[in-house]
Amino acid sequence: MIDVKGLTKKFNRTVVLRNIDAHIEKGEKVVIIGPSGSGKSTFLRCLNLMERPTSGSIRFDGQEITGLREREIDPIRQRMGMVFQHFNLFPHLTIQRNITLAPVKLGLMTQEAADKKAKELLERVGLPDKAKAYPAQLSGGQKQRIAIARALAMNPEVMLFDEPTSALDPEMVGEVLSLMKQLADDGMTMVVVTHEMGFAKEVASRVLFMADGQILEENAPRQFFGNPKNPRLREFLSKVL
Amino acid sequence: MGFSDSFRQNFIEDDRWKYLVNGLKTTLIITLFAVLLGMVLGFLVAIIRSTYLRTKKLLIPDLICRLYLTVIRGTPVVVQLLIIYFVIFGSVDVSKTFVAIIAFGINSGAYVAEIVRGGIMSIDVGQLEAGRSLGLNYRQTMMYIIMPQAIKNVLPALCNECIVLLKETSVAGYIAIEDLTRGGDIIRSITFAPFLPLLAVALIYLVVVILLTKLVGILERRLSANDRR
Ligand SMILES: Nc1ncnc2c1ncn2[C@@H]1O[C@H](COP(=O)(O)OP(=O)(O)O)[C@@H](O)[C@H]1O
Ligand SMILES: [Mg+2]
Repeated sequence: MIDVKGLTKKFNRTVVLRNIDAHIEKGEKVVIIGPSGSGKSTFLRCLNLMERPTSGSIRFDGQEITGLREREIDPIRQRMGMVFQHFNLFPHLTIQRNITLAPVKLGLMTQEAADKKAKELLERVGLPDKAKAYPAQLSGGQKQRIAIARALAMNPEVMLFDEPTSALDPEMVGEVLSLMKQLADDGMTMVVVTHEMGFAKEVASRVLFMADGQILEENAPRQFFGNPKNPRLREFLSKVL
Repeated sequence: MGFSDSFRQNFIEDDRWKYLVNGLKTTLIITLFAVLLGMVLGFLVAIIRSTYLRTKKLLIPDLICRLYLTVIRGTPVVVQLLIIYFVIFGSVDVSKTFVAIIAFGINSGAYVAEIVRGGIMSIDVGQLEAGRSLGLNYRQTMMYIIMPQAIKNVLPALCNECIVLLKETSVAGYIAIEDLTRGGDIIRSITFAPFLPLLAVALIYLVVVILLTKLVGILERRLSANDRR
């Protein structure tokens, strides 16, 4: 579904991603771990072209997307949901409008159909009574569940998560992870940057280890955690496990 | 001469109060339309500048905007008014009020632009990213996500800019417009009594400004009440 070849990203002179190759199949759940500053967010943001790669190719469903013009990227982004560390809900809009804004303004749904969809999504994320609330009235965990619902409202083919639980109080991490797990069980293709090793072990079909802008190891979770080969990964795991 | 005689002489005789009423009308008309022009210009410049700052697009329009801001904020409004009247419209026959609206509008636009740009830049980049990640384009994200929040944040400052502009139009007399200030001055030149006419002018400005300030206060309270919801 997503095919990355020779992806390199520089910010001015600093090389943040070095010649990365990666392949993500439909229905796969790829978890990316690695030390802070290793380029995980940048990699994820290159996938939906929030960052423009310096060189290399990214194919989405067979279509080369790195060379697209701004105008041609928007329809691609509509097919990829993104969930941010800091939720980024729209504070001036009700939860319902947060969820329906994009599909309605993009002409994909009528307000009526979108409202109906929002209601279903709110049920799905376990917050059916929050439609008329504003983001400021929600807890962090609830905000992140709404952010996931907002992304799902576009019926994305793949969901990108950038440390979705890192900004949460510990007692709220579970509710977000269990929603993500539910999403995984429903067959969603997911790319997740996280420090939650339990989630990686349980949900990932494949785990990638990034350091210094490179993927140093990738494997199914059992081998990845049970028998890590790269010394940097061993050192990293010894610190976080 | 007692107060009532002086009052009669300055305001009642020959309907001299009409200089003040007509002057106030002119002042309010100039202010209203200059505010509108200033808002249009200011928002345009603010959007160009913040687009450049956030996306590095619109370099040339941004350079023009920066030149505009530097020139307008670096020179006195009276000089701008005189230049626009005598140089730019020097050989064209247009109404002076129109010239004043243009001059004060262009002047106010520079201050509005900086207020609005500050409002836009104060909105977290995450908002822009969230909008773009959903597939909304830059214009849609600005229109539905960034601007509503930015405008709400700067509304009180924009209202204050209107109040400042109202007072600044008092230099319109430099191009012989009979605004409120000039109205009082005309009475003074007829009656040779400076105290009452100028006091009346000051009081009228004060009352209008106090009224507008009250309105801004009510608006601000409404907005912050919304924030606590
Ligand atoms: N917009 C940017 N401009 C300049 N440098 C950046 C930018 N975004 C990220 N970087 C740098 O790229 C490196 C990788 O960042 P990031 O992808 O956020 O890492 P991670 O998500 O793994 O912590 C860091 O050194 C960071 O400072
Ligand atoms: Mg990161």
